[in-house]
Amino acid sequence: MALNTGWSGSPALKKRFVFSSLTALTIFALLLLRLWYLQIIRSDDYRLLSERNRTRFVTIAAPRGPIVDRSGHVLVDNRPAFRIAALRQEVTDPETMLARLAEILDLEPELLEARWAAGRQLPRYRPVPLADDVSREAMEKVMERSFELPGVLTEIRPIRFYPHRESAAHLLGYLGEITEEELRSPAYRNYQGGDFIGKNGLEKVMEAYLNGIPGEHRVEVDVLGKKLRILKTREPLSGQRLTLTIDRDLQLATEAAFGDQAGAAVAIDVRTGEVLALVSMPNYDPSLFARGISGREWLDLLQNPLNPLQNRALTGQYAPGSIFKIVTALAALEFDPSLNNFHTNNTGQFVLGNQTFRDSTAVGRTISGLREALQRSSNIWFYEVSLKIGIDRIATMARRLGLGTPTGIGLAGERAGLIPDSQWKRRRFNDRWYQGETVIASIGQGYILTTPLQLANLMATVANGGTVLRPYLIKEIDNMRGQIEKIPPPQPLQQAHLNPAQLELVRQGLKAVVNERGGTAFSSRLDELSYAGKTGTAQVVAQAQRRRADQVVPYRLRDHALFGAFAPSVNPEIAVAVVVEHGGSGGAAAAPIARAMFESYFKLREPVADEDTQRN
Amino acid sequence: MFDRRLLIHFDWPLLLLVIAVALIGIVNLYGATASWSSMNLPVYLKQAWWLGGGILLALAVSLFDYRHLQHFGFILYGLNLLLLLGVLLFGKTSMGATRWLDLGVFNLQPSEIMKIVIIIALACYFARQDTLAGYDFKGLVVPFVLFGLPALLIMRQPDLGTALIVIFIGLTMVLFAGIHRATLVGLSALGISAIAGGWFLLHDYQKQRILSFLNPESDPLGAGYHIIQSKIAIGSGGFFGKGFMKGSQSQLAFLPERHTDFAFSVFAEEWGFCGSLLLLTLYLLIVIWGIYVARNAADLFGTFLAFGVSALLFWHIIINLGMVIGLLPVVGVPLPLFSYGGTSMITSMLGAGLLLNVSMRRFTF
Repeated sequence: MALNTGWSGSPALKKRFVFSSLTALTIFALLLLRLWYLQIIRSDDYRLLSERNRTRFVTIAAPRGPIVDRSGHVLVDNRPAFRIAALRQEVTDPETMLARLAEILDLEPELLEARWAAGRQLPRYRPVPLADDVSREAMEKVMERSFELPGVLTEIRPIRFYPHRESAAHLLGYLGEITEEELRSPAYRNYQGGDFIGKNGLEKVMEAYLNGIPGEHRVEVDVLGKKLRILKTREPLSGQRLTLTIDRDLQLATEAAFGDQAGAAVAIDVRTGEVLALVSMPNYDPSLFARGISGREWLDLLQNPLNPLQNRALTGQYAPGSIFKIVTALAALEFDPSLNNFHTNNTGQFVLGNQTFRDSTAVGRTISGLREALQRSSNIWFYEVSLKIGIDRIATMARRLGLGTPTGIGLAGERAGLIPDSQWKRRRFNDRWYQGETVIASIGQGYILTTPLQLANLMATVANGGTVLRPYLIKEIDNMRGQIEKIPPPQPLQQAHLNPAQLELVRQGLKAVVNERGGTAFSSRLDELSYAGKTGTAQVVAQAQRRRADQVVPYRLRDHALFGAFAPSVNPEIAVAVVVEHGGSGGAAAAPIARAMFESYFKLREPVADEDTQRN
Repeated sequence: MFDRRLLIHFDWPLLLLVIAVALIGIVNLYGATASWSSMNLPVYLKQAWWLGGGILLALAVSLFDYRHLQHFGFILYGLNLLLLLGVLLFGKTSMGATRWLDLGVFNLQPSEIMKIVIIIALACYFARQDTLAGYDFKGLVVPFVLFGLPALLIMRQPDLGTALIVIFIGLTMVLFAGIHRATLVGLSALGISAIAGGWFLLHDYQKQRILSFLNPESDPLGAGYHIIQSKIAIGSGGFFGKGFMKGSQSQLAFLPERHTDFAFSVFAEEWGFCGSLLLLTLYLLIVIWGIYVARNAADLFGTFLAFGVSALLFWHIIINLGMVIGLLPVVGVPLPLFSYGGTSMITSMLGAGLLLNVSMRRFTF
C-alpha cells in the first residue's frame, strides 16, 4: 500500500500519526470507562433515580363519612362535584387566566385571585383549587376553551351534600378549607393545605372519624408534571358513618313549626339521654360552605341581626322564666312538704319593702296550693314561698337538677348558664343578696340563665324520676368495613335525689298546665296524648320600662317565650324545651311548637313534607 | 476527464461507517420524538432527508480534486471571515445569539462553514511551509491568527461551542504540524494564563454552565438539570438498556434537548452499555480511519486536510459525549451524524466528502 513513501515515510510524521491514533484511542477508552462506571457500576442508583423521577404520589381524597339519623335517613352525604383548578407551573399568565375564568364561571375575580394566592403554599405538582362545585355547563365551557387556558384543569371530587338543606345545620356543622394556623396544630398533622375540614358542629368534633384515610395514586408524570398513567393505586379509606340519635322527622317538624321565628328547641329521650332533635333558628345552608363560601355570602351571614351562625340550643343563654318554678317548687316541698297546700290570694301585686312586684296572672283568685300555682303559673304564690325557703336552697336544688353546668353533650361552645346564690352575689358584686332578688329568682328571672339544652334536660330529669342524664348525639359508628360500634348511653351526670312523692306532686301540676282548663298551655293540649309541661315568659327588659296596655312593642323588646314539657305524662319517653326569641308568652308562642314535636314523635300527624330532599 | 482509478480507490468502508452511524441516529431520533405531535414532517424523516442530501454532497465534494483547494483556500477563508463579520453586523438574532445570516431562501450559519474552511486554510498554510522539523514562535503567528480571528468573532455571537471547536481544530493541526520543544513550553504557559484571563470575558450564562458542571447538584432544577437528567438516563440504561422506545427518561421528556445535543443519552438509556460500546467503536473507527487517510494522502496538503477533518469529528464527538456523561460542561455541541440538525449533518458530510476526496486520490500524483 505504501507506495508513496516520499514524504509521509518520514519518521517524524509517522510518529505523529501513531501518537494521534493512540491519543484518540485513549480518550475514547476514557469515555467508555466513564460509561462503564455510569451504566454498570452506578446503574442501580440511577435506575432508582429514574424511577423516582417519573413517579409522583397524588393523593385521592377519602369520601367523608356520611351522617344519618337514628333510622338511617341520610342527613349529610357526598356527591361528586366539578372543581376548576390550575397547575402553577404551567400557568404563564395568571392574570389573564383568572380574568377569563371569572368571566366563564361568572364569579367575582377577587374570589379567584384570593384562592390563587392561597395556592402558593401548595407543592408545585398539586393543582390550586379555584372554583368548586361548578355547573356541568361551566365545566364544559372551560374545557372547550382549554387552549386559551393553559394549566387549567377540571377535577371531580366529592363534596358534602345536604338532602335537607338547612335542616340541623348547627348540629351537623359545616366544612371549610384548613387554615394555616390549623395546619400547624398537631391535631391536623396529616392534613395538607387545600384540605377541607369540619369547622363546626359534629363535622368538627367527629373530624377524626369522618375524615377517613386518603388514598394515593402512583402516577407516571412527564417533566411538566403532567399525569401520563397510573402505575399503582392505594384506594382511600372512606370516613366512618355516624348514626345519630336524632330523629329526622322530628327535627324537620320542629324546624317547620318555628316558621320564621328565631329560637331553639331540644328533644331528649328521658330514659337514655339520646337527643332526638336539636334545633336552632334561623339556620343557614351549609352547602354554601361545601363549595367554598364567597366573601359576600359570608358577610351576609355574619351581619344578619338574627345571627344564623349561632347554635342557640347550647350557646344561647336565656332566663328560664316560669319554667324555673319547677325548681322552686321542688326546693319548697323538700324544705317543708306542707307548702304543697300553701294558699294565697292574688291581689295583682306583691309588695316587698319599697318594691312592688306585679302579677297579671289570675288576679283576684285564691291560689289553693302548689298544683294550681303551677297550673296557672302564679307569680305571687312563688314569691311568697320563695321568701320562706331562701335563695340558697333554690340554687342548690337547681344545681342538683343539672342547671348551672354544661350538660357535656360534646359539641364545642356549650354554655353553662348561671345559677346565682348569696355566695355568688358576694363574689361577683361584693354585695349581699336581697330578698327582692330571691323573689324574681323564684320565677326564673333576674340573674338566672339557662340554655335550651339544659331546660330540655331538666324536663327529662323531672320525667324520669330524678336522674340527670348526659345528653348524647351519636348512637353508632360504622367504619364501613363491617365493624359497627354501638355507643351505649353515657353514665348519667348525677342523681337529683328527689323524693318520689314530692316529684309526683310537681308532675301533677305540670300535667294540669296542659290538660286542665285554666292551665297556661291548655290551648296546646292534645286529645290523643296527655303530656305535661310548663310555660315560661322571660322578660327581655326590666318591668319598669315595659309596655303600657295597647302599645305595640318593638321586636327587640318583646319577651322570650319558653316551654318545657315531657310526654306522655305517665311513663314519659320524651322531654322537650322550646325557646322562641321575642315570641311573647310561652303558652302562645312556645307551647304550640312543643305540641307539633309531640305530634311528630308519636306520629299523630303526617310527617312534614320535605320538598327539598332531592337536589341532584 | 474522469479517472477510472478514482472509482477503484473509492473509500467505501468510510462512507459505510458514516452512513451506519447516521442511520442509527435516525432510528434513535424516531424513538426519541415518537411522542411528539407531528406537525409537518416528523423529525426523523427530516433527518433522513438531510442524510440523503448530505451523502450527495459528500459524493459531489469527492468528485473534484481536492488539490485545487490549495489555490483558493485563503480566498475562501477571507470570504468566510467577511460573512462572520456580516453576522455580527446584520445577523439574525434567535434565542439570545446572533449566528445566522438571513439569505431569504435559507438561513446561513457562517460559523458552521468556518469549521471546514479553517481546516482548508491551515492545510494550505502548513502544506506551503513544508516544514516537518517543527515550528517556532514566528512560524506559528500566521496559523494562530488564522484560527484565532474567526474564533473571536464566533465567541462574540456568542457561540462558545463552535468557537471552542475552531480553536481545538486549530491547536490540533498546529500540534500535528510540529512545534519546537522550547516554543511548546512557552505556548503552554501562555495558554494557561489565557484561560485564566478568558474566564473574565465569559458571559454569565457561560460561567454558570461551567460552575454548574463542577457541582450539578447545587442547582438541580436550573443549570445543573441537564447534566443530572442526562446522567440518570444513561446510568439507568444499565448493561442491556431499557429497550427501544422504553427509556422513561427520554420518553417522558425529563431529558432536555433529547433530539439534538442529548440524543446520545436517549440511545444509551435504551440500548445500555452494549449500545454505547457499539456507537463509540464506530466513531473511533471513523476517527482512526480519518487519520489513516491522512497518513496515506498523496501530498502534505491532503494529509493536513484529512487530519483536520478527523480532528473536527473527534472534537465534536469528545465534547458532546463528555458533556452528556458529565465529564465536560454543557456547551451546545451536537454529536456529528447523530444529533438532529441539518447544519450539523451538512458540516459532517462536507468533512466526510473531503476525507473521501483525499482518500480516493492517494495514488494519484
